[in-house]
Amino acid sequence: MAELSLTNIVKRYGALEIIHGANLDVKDGEFVVFVGPSGCGKSTLLRMIAGLEDISGGELKIGGRLVNDMEPADRGIAMVFQSYALYPHLTVEQNLNFGLRMNGNPKADTDRRVKQAAEILQITELMQRRPKQLSGGQRQRVAIGRAIVREPQIFLFDEPLSNLDAELRVQMRVEISRLHKKLGTTMIYVTHDQTEAMTLADKIVVLRSGNIEQVGAPLDLYDDPANQFVAGFVGSPKMNFLQAEVTDNQQGRVAVVLKGQRNVRLTLPITSAKVEVGQPVTVSIRPEHFLDAGRGDVDMTVDVDVAEHLGNTSYIYANIESGEQIVIEREESRSTGNRDKLTVALSAAKTFLFDSAGNRLR
Amino acid sequence: MKSKSKSNLIRSLALHGLLIPLAIIWLFPLWMMFVFSTMPDYGIFSPGIILAPSTGFMDNVRNLQADTNFIGAMTISIVVAVVYTFLSVMLTSMAGWALARYRFAGRSGVIGIILGTITLPYSVVIIPQFIMVARDFGLANTWVALIVPPLFNSLGVLFMRQAFSMMPGELFDAARVEGVKEWQIFLRIALPLARPTMAALAIILFLASWNNYLWPLLINSRPGMMTAPVALGTLIGLTRVSWGGIMAGAVMLTAPILVIFVLLQRHFIAGIAAGAVK
Repeated sequence: MAELSLTNIVKRYGALEIIHGANLDVKDGEFVVFVGPSGCGKSTLLRMIAGLEDISGGELKIGGRLVNDMEPADRGIAMVFQSYALYPHLTVEQNLNFGLRMNGNPKADTDRRVKQAAEILQITELMQRRPKQLSGGQRQRVAIGRAIVREPQIFLFDEPLSNLDAELRVQMRVEISRLHKKLGTTMIYVTHDQTEAMTLADKIVVLRSGNIEQVGAPLDLYDDPANQFVAGFVGSPKMNFLQAEVTDNQQGRVAVVLKGQRNVRLTLPITSAKVEVGQPVTVSIRPEHFLDAGRGDVDMTVDVDVAEHLGNTSYIYANIESGEQIVIEREESRSTGNRDKLTVALSAAKTFLFDSAGNRLR
Repeated sequence: MKSKSKSNLIRSLALHGLLIPLAIIWLFPLWMMFVFSTMPDYGIFSPGIILAPSTGFMDNVRNLQADTNFIGAMTISIVVAVVYTFLSVMLTSMAGWALARYRFAGRSGVIGIILGTITLPYSVVIIPQFIMVARDFGLANTWVALIVPPLFNSLGVLFMRQAFSMMPGELFDAARVEGVKEWQIFLRIALPLARPTMAALAIILFLASWNNYLWPLLINSRPGMMTAPVALGTLIGLTRVSWGGIMAGAVMLTAPILVIFVLLQRHFIAGIAAGAVK
C-alpha cells in the first residue's frame, strides 16, 4: 500500500501538450476515480502513472519514491486494461502466474498467490480454461486476478467495465468496491461513466482537455461543483443550464431573470465574485431539484415534450420559452402526458450561477 | 424455399462446371510428369498420348542416381531448405517485431528501404551478390553461401510486421507492467500468437529455397554440393537428355511439397487470410 503524488505532471507529444501540469495527492488506501469525456487525458495520465508513457515534465512519486524514470514493473503497480489483455494462448492459471513465472518467483509462493486470487474472485473452477472460453465478466475477473497476484501497492484500472453489458457492469462495480474494502489497497480507476465514478470513488478527479477541473468527494462535486463543466458532468440526468441575465446586484444579493421569461426571477447570494447588471449568466438546476408549484422561490410553466415514466420516478423533457430544453425529474408525475403544460418551482438554494466562461459565481 | 434450393443447385453446377475443367488443366501437366517418370525415354517419345503410368519408375530413379547422386543432392536440398526456413522465419520475425512494436529514429526509413528492395528483380541483385559472396568473402561451394545470402527476406519481414501490428498493444503493455522482459514478451507472447502467419511464411520460404535454381547453380561448382534442382539440370546434356530421369527427379522434388502443403493447408490459408477480416 502506498500514497501517490503528482506534481506539475506534463505530457507532450512533440510540440503538442496533452496534460498541462497536473497536481494530485492520493492517500494510502484511497479509491480515486479519474473521470472525464473522451480525449480528456485520463487514460494518458493513468498510463503515465503505470510507466507505459514517458513523463515529459513534473514529478511522480509512489510511496514517497520518485518513479519518473522507473520501469513499470518496479513501481509497485498492477494494471487492469479495458480489453482485459489476457494472453489468448494461455489458460487462466497460466495467465495468472505468467508474470511471476517469467520473473523467477519461487513456485510455492506463485501457487499460493494464484490460489488466493482465484478464491477471492471465485474463478477456481475456470483455471484450465482459455480466455476465449470465458464470458466477459469472467475475463474481467481473470484480469483483476492477474493484478492481485502481483500484490501491488497501487491498482490501476483503465475503464475496466466498459466492455460489459449494463447488468454485469453493475455487478462487477459492486465486486470491485468489495475488493477495495477487502484489500485496502490504493486504487486509481479511469472511467467516462459518472455513475461508476460516483458509486466507487472516495475521491473523484474530473478532467477536461488535459486539465484537472476539480478534485473532491463524490457528493462534494455534486453539491458544490467548481465550474459549469463539473456541474454538467456529475449527476444523471445531466444538470439543466438556462440562459439568464443579471438585473440587480445589491449588497451581495444578485437578482437574475431567465432569458425569454422575465417573470422567472431568482435572487442568489453572490459575495466573492464581481457581477454586473446586464451581464449574461447561466442558471443551473439539477432535474431532481425542481419542486412542486408554489413550494419554491418562483414558479415556472413549461411545455412538456416527452414524459418517461420509470415507475419510481418520471423524467419530463420540456421546452421553456427561450427555446431551451430541460429535464425535470418528478416522483409524482405519473399522469403527466406529452404536450401538457406543467408548472414547477425553482429554489435559489438549489441553483448555481455560472458566468459566460463557465466559472462558478459564488 | 424450393426455388431457393433450385437456384443453389444451378449455382453449384455452374461453379463446378467451371472449376472441374480448370482443375484438370492445372493437374494435367503434373499427371503427365508422373506418367513420364514411369517410362523409359523411348516410351516418352512414342507416337500418341499415353495417359496411364507404366512400371519403370524405379529404373528411372536408378539411372538418375547413377548419373547425378540425386539422393545426395536431395539431402543437401532438404538440409538447406529446413535450416534456411527456420533461420529466415526467426530473423524476419525479429525484424518484423521491431518494426511493428518499437518506435525508433529512422523506422519509417527502414520500412521504406525494405519495401524498395521488393521492387528490385532478383536478376539485378544476383551478380553483385555473387561477387560479394564468392570473391570478397571466399565462400563459394559452402553451406553458408547456400543458406545465408537469401536469409533476409523483405517480403517475410513485412508479412511478420503486419501480423505483429495487428495484435492489441495492451497485451504487451500488460506484460510490461508485470515485469516481463522484452525478449520474453517476444518469445512467449508475440511468437505463439503469430503461429499461423509463421506457418504460412515457412511454407513460402521452404518452397522458395526448395525450388531455388539460379543461386545454387551460380555459387556451387563442386558436384558434392549440388542441390536437387541443380542436379536435375545437369541431366540436360548437349548430346543426350534423360527425360525419364528428369521426370522421376521432378516427381521426387514435388512430392514432399505436396505432402507439406496438404498437412499445413489449414495454417497456410489462415496465415494468408489473417488480417483480411478483423
